[in-house]
Amino acid sequence: MSVMPDTYPARRRRNGIAVGLAYAATIVGLGWLVLILGVLLWQGFSGLSLKVFTEMTPPPGADGGLLNPILGSLVLTVIAVVIGTPIGILAGTYMAEYGRHDRLTSVVRFINDILLSAPSIVIGLFVYEIMVYPMGHFSGWAGAVALALLVIPVVVRTTEDMLVLVPNPLREAAASIGLPRSLMIMRIAYRAARAGMITGVLLAIARISGETAPLLFTALNNQFWSTNLNAPIASLPVVIFQFALSPYADWQKLAWTGALIITFTVLALSIIARALAATGKQS
Amino acid sequence: MVDVALSGGRDVISAVPSRAKVLDRLRLGDIIFRNVTRGAAVLVLVILGGVIVALISGSLPALREFGFNFLITERWNPVTEKFGAIAPIYGTVVTSFIAMLIAVPVGLLIAFFLTELCPMALRRPIGIAIELLAGIPSIIYGIWGLFVFAPFLQEYVQPGLIALFGNIPVLSTLFAGPPYGIGVLTAGLILAIMVLPFITSISRDVFDAVPPVLKEAAYGVGCTTWEVVRYVVLPYTRVGVIGGVMLGLGRALGETMAVTFVIGNAHKISGSILAPGTTISATIANEFTEAVGDIYTSALIALGLILFIITFIVLAIARYMLLRIERRIG
Amino acid sequence: MNVASVGVPTVTHAAVDPSTLAAKVSIDHLDFFYGEAKALKDISMPLYEKKVTAFIGPSGCGKSTLLRVLNRMYDLYPNQRAEGKVSFDGEDILSPKQDLNLLRARIGMVFQKPTPFPMSIYENIAFGIRLYEKLPKSELEGRVEHSLRRAALWEEVKDKLAANGLSLSGGQQQRLCIARTVAVRPEVILFDEPCSALDPISTAKIEELIDELKEDYTIVIVTHNMQQAARVSDFTAFMYLGQLIEFDSTSRIFTSPKERSTQDYITGRFG
Repeated sequence: MSVMPDTYPARRRRNGIAVGLAYAATIVGLGWLVLILGVLLWQGFSGLSLKVFTEMTPPPGADGGLLNPILGSLVLTVIAVVIGTPIGILAGTYMAEYGRHDRLTSVVRFINDILLSAPSIVIGLFVYEIMVYPMGHFSGWAGAVALALLVIPVVVRTTEDMLVLVPNPLREAAASIGLPRSLMIMRIAYRAARAGMITGVLLAIARISGETAPLLFTALNNQFWSTNLNAPIASLPVVIFQFALSPYADWQKLAWTGALIITFTVLALSIIARALAATGKQS
Repeated sequence: MVDVALSGGRDVISAVPSRAKVLDRLRLGDIIFRNVTRGAAVLVLVILGGVIVALISGSLPALREFGFNFLITERWNPVTEKFGAIAPIYGTVVTSFIAMLIAVPVGLLIAFFLTELCPMALRRPIGIAIELLAGIPSIIYGIWGLFVFAPFLQEYVQPGLIALFGNIPVLSTLFAGPPYGIGVLTAGLILAIMVLPFITSISRDVFDAVPPVLKEAAYGVGCTTWEVVRYVVLPYTRVGVIGGVMLGLGRALGETMAVTFVIGNAHKISGSILAPGTTISATIANEFTEAVGDIYTSALIALGLILFIITFIVLAIARYMLLRIERRIG
Repeated sequence: MNVASVGVPTVTHAAVDPSTLAAKVSIDHLDFFYGEAKALKDISMPLYEKKVTAFIGPSGCGKSTLLRVLNRMYDLYPNQRAEGKVSFDGEDILSPKQDLNLLRARIGMVFQKPTPFPMSIYENIAFGIRLYEKLPKSELEGRVEHSLRRAALWEEVKDKLAANGLSLSGGQQQRLCIARTVAVRPEVILFDEPCSALDPISTAKIEELIDELKEDYTIVIVTHNMQQAARVSDFTAFMYLGQLIEFDSTSRIFTSPKERSTQDYITGRFG
């Protein structure tokens, strides 16, 4: 006696369609991304030369490079990390070590996650209001602060996550020789969570490397070489923005090259961060 | 300092008085450290509060001038200093909607593929590739859109769409020409591509968290792969998926660089999605540095406030939903 | 009540007359709470100086909880509290005025699972010493060597002091933890089931160690292994369901226990 109901062929058909769609989605969906990367490589690579790293941004029609925006971005990134990382680590430390189950921590965690995904252009507006407007001019400092505000939520999140993973017996072992809490955190817990915390910083850097919007009205832009942080300073993303929207072919070419440099940096940082996180898990 | 007399393997315990002194000295540092970390945590709250306060105070001139009409007026005229937010709001909502419409099904299908159909050896590499792709800065999508995608759409796709829907009543307005290449649809499509890795990644994580026993039980009674996903995986992960989608939506709403290049920057609401438009973040990005006059600047900040409120609500809902599923998974 | 010697562990240390001994720590009507639940009920007992006292009892009887009161380890967790009095050299360590870090420097602890610090072997020991004393390098090295010798680990690690503490075997890691504890010069050492994660050879080594260490330290050991308690301790406390059922010299507990439940436990009838 056959127990096979009549619906079986229909079910198989439906399954086939769904599976087919899934394959199609994967190929098409990921294919687009591969396509974009391919174009980026092709366009950006053709403009890549030593000149890009040694010459400054040119006026339209002339030859040049991306030296000042690259350096500007480096400077802004370093300052943003120097400002944002300690704050992020300290806040994450409170949440994981001192106030793990208290009200303040749950509220901060919630707010932090919102700041993590908040539109970065709004952060730019905020820094404009509190720094650029009162100061009366755009500045590299304002740009760095805007980026720092994007670094903080990432570092808070990873610090808290990594410190919570440090096993309690290790903390007790430190306490059992009379080690005061702060020293236990700084000498033992940080050490145990070190790989993860560095990963967090790398991810934060990867995140701010490509951010354009928050710099548009804080650090603005600068055609020339400048290390004066009190004035507008060039940055790679903003220069790409300007050059890409311009009608000049050589500017557009430089925009592609700049985009390639940023993408490469972000991917390299992400890969290093992952590798570091993996070694951290092994110990 | 301390007597370290060691005789025959025995210890002399005379370090006690100086130990107490050392610990006394360290006590102050201990208290300072604790308070500094607490202060840093509070600072995070202060930052958010600061953002809200700064946005509100910056918007006040415009809000006082236009009142509630600001939200429903289309006119955006820097010369006469009359501004209305409805075109940017409309553009933000529509582009994000288009993006979600495409990215959510595709992302879920890819997650389905990764968790059920993909050969084991490929799973990790593809998964890592997706996470790396999620980190690509949005300006890349922007310039690709401007130089490659928009021209392509203008040349090959949009004329086709216009012709295809030309005679159908509602759709003909929705897809009315001319084919600019740039426009609301283009921006929505690019946003979709940008948000896709994100949604895929979260959905994949959530799908992976389904206990294997549940799926095995379903397979065991003869369910097809699709049926297992539809009747076991999706219901179980529903909350997490919605949370992930909301998170993706939050990102799409606030996205600037991916849309600024291709939206066309027209402060108009058009019936056609092939027409240019603008989003809140694109408007701010394009006009802020050239804004002259307090009202103009204030109107832009008011747009920022509106965007912040919208994304805050969406992200809060997302957070809440993801919290619920995190609690369940443990 | 006399107990047939079949199945009862053999005692190593002869009974000592308690009146000749000084109590290093005195537990006085101690109650302990996890939140609202009372985990220890009215515990009173002496811990004699430079003797080994064992806490035995079935799982969940509260022996580890009691041990962790002695160095106020529970203070790290919000929902746990103790009431009563515990005198250490005359001072009540449960008092809020007690300096916890100082207390823990004087009462050290070795845990069930070995937990070396994520540092080199040398650093594991030197770390604690450096916290309290400023020593010239040669003296510090001497102290590290001394602690490792006392933990019977020196010969095995003297050539690889820079290696990470986690690279050692389980038994070696535990001895490293003992060396770390000893390096800080406590007066009391608490052992919380120190051998339960170790193989028999490492266990034997550590039991030997405890026998040597008691010449200088007061020792308390929690163990679920009765044979171990009988081998290693001078005094034994039998606990059940959060209460102290019987406390006496080890030889008397294992040959002629006063309480019925003690007898049942040591003959293996439960727990």
